[in-house]
Amino acid sequence: MTAVRCVDLCKTYYQGEEAIKALDHVSIEIAEGGFVCLSAPSGGGKTTLLNAIGGLDKPDSGEVYIAGRRIDNLSKGELAELRLHRIGFVFQAFNLIPVLTAQENVEFVMQVQGVPAARRGKLALDILEEVGIGGLEDRLPADMSGGQQQRVAVARAIVSQPALVLADEPTANLDSKTADGLMELFRHLNEHHKTTFVIATHDKRVMSYAKRLIRMLDGRIVGDIEQDAA
Amino acid sequence: MRMLAILSRLAWRNLWRNHRRTVIMLAAVIIGSWAMIFMTALMRGMVTEMIRDGISALPGHVQVHHPEYRDDPSVANLIPIRDAEIAMRFQAGGFEDWATRVRVPAVITSEYDSRGVTLLGIDPTRERNMTFVDYDEVEGRFLESVDDSGVVIGRKLARTLNTKIGKRIVVMSQDPDNEIADRGFRVVGLFTANIVSFEEAFIFVGKTTAQTMLRIDDQVSELAIQGDDYRDVETIYAKVVELVGDGVEVKRWYELDAYLGTMLKVMDGFLLVWIVVIFLALSFGLVNTLVMAVFERVREIGLMLALGMKPRNILGQIVIESLMLLAIGLAIGTVLAWAAVQPIKDGIDVSIVGEGMDMWGMSSVLYPELILSDVILANVVVLVLGFLASLSPAWRAAHYEPVEAITKV
Repeated sequence: MTAVRCVDLCKTYYQGEEAIKALDHVSIEIAEGGFVCLSAPSGGGKTTLLNAIGGLDKPDSGEVYIAGRRIDNLSKGELAELRLHRIGFVFQAFNLIPVLTAQENVEFVMQVQGVPAARRGKLALDILEEVGIGGLEDRLPADMSGGQQQRVAVARAIVSQPALVLADEPTANLDSKTADGLMELFRHLNEHHKTTFVIATHDKRVMSYAKRLIRMLDGRIVGDIEQDAA
Repeated sequence: MRMLAILSRLAWRNLWRNHRRTVIMLAAVIIGSWAMIFMTALMRGMVTEMIRDGISALPGHVQVHHPEYRDDPSVANLIPIRDAEIAMRFQAGGFEDWATRVRVPAVITSEYDSRGVTLLGIDPTRERNMTFVDYDEVEGRFLESVDDSGVVIGRKLARTLNTKIGKRIVVMSQDPDNEIADRGFRVVGLFTANIVSFEEAFIFVGKTTAQTMLRIDDQVSELAIQGDDYRDVETIYAKVVELVGDGVEVKRWYELDAYLGTMLKVMDGFLLVWIVVIFLALSFGLVNTLVMAVFERVREIGLMLALGMKPRNILGQIVIESLMLLAIGLAIGTVLAWAAVQPIKDGIDVSIVGEGMDMWGMSSVLYPELILSDVILANVVVLVLGFLASLSPAWRAAHYEPVEAITKV
């Protein structure tokens, strides 16, 4: 079963009069349970591709399918519904809602989904424990380190067990030890929960954890290899 | 309901992220709402007094006359129902504050001067709760019965006529045959009125004495019925119409005095305009606060959209934030306005401008009147307009593109 399918995606940005091709006829397929890294230098198109897969950005042309459903032609409301129930996001920075505690941030998506309070409270505490920050549930983001915040973001992304997790430079602001811990966590979730991970990164250490490595340059796919994960 | 809980929590916490800005805006809302409610109470009190004084000159919230009486208020147009019959019907009808009167134009003459006045032949017992004259404040005495032989006139009229208690004056009018009907009276009392012009306009004699003088047997010019509240006369109006039947004219106070009726409507309109004007001044601050709050949270809003929150929920969050701010400000402002009215609710002496106010039919003591409907009106108008004012920044926030908002620096 295919988790993600992109067909001939194109996206062009303009900086003044200069046209920048962020996606240039990109086609990929990612199977369910995949652990894929998109690697590219800055401006290579990996974030644009990730945003297109997550329904955050619309391609100029081409088609995007999530679990067999075409999403590039959905309305804003339908895309919000899709993201809410099927996709978990981890962004590079500014991942948390500042006025909510760690536990409330993790519960946020479940609360919007309509999960009963008692159940979501238990799930949130369990997942915070699982990502290694049990006991910090009452802290506000401002009172946590970058690594702790990123773990809360991961916890929020996976707590409702989405089929697909999209992570954009998830280790960019973390020290190497914390980054390794986070990647171990991703791999653990991938293996035990069969969650599909698509991670955009230019960190070689992160790439080493991937089972599949897709290299991009100037909006095009220039390499797509299966590899033995670290 | 589920979303409302999330949005309310987010709105509340976001409200207090920037304490200083919120407190400043809150202070503006409190002062604005205090001003609008306190000033409304003063204006409402002023108009209420004006209307009460006006009605007290009639007096009676509903009145019955001969159909021609209002065009020609003479003895020729008397109510075609005998006084005794009226009394029987109204006592049986369960009415408490009602009275019949002889009310005709007349001329009063002293040995020095004469003046045109309205002669009121009254039953002093029935009129006690209705007339603008405070019996206990009358210099000398007020009338004691329907066949009292004395006359009570205003202090100002007494000065004009150069007369005083104990002196005799002559009252002259016409009988139904257009013959002169006159009689000498001894001045037994001088009354004081809030509206000084009343002291020159009206003189009081006993009802039976007036009927005898005018040779109108057991007839009267006017039947007046007083309700509990001048704002609600429809119930007693319907009952009176039923009791008096056809052949007479039944009018509510605001129909009898169109100026007063219009005054009440104008006041209601003016209050609304006043509230809206105050709000418009507030709305600049409110919109600015919300725009800044949205601007500071662009990335956060983008994150919530990316996580699956719908644009309408973002809009709801900003609107709730605005309504919370207004609701707190209004609640405090309303309590402060109520507290400010308490020490002066027994009246403020504005006699320093009393002469001028008298020309407008207003008394020299201003009684602030804080009524629930005005407080509700002020609160509802501010909340509704606040809701509308917050739509613009909320709409803007709801329509961010998540991917652009998240990457906004």
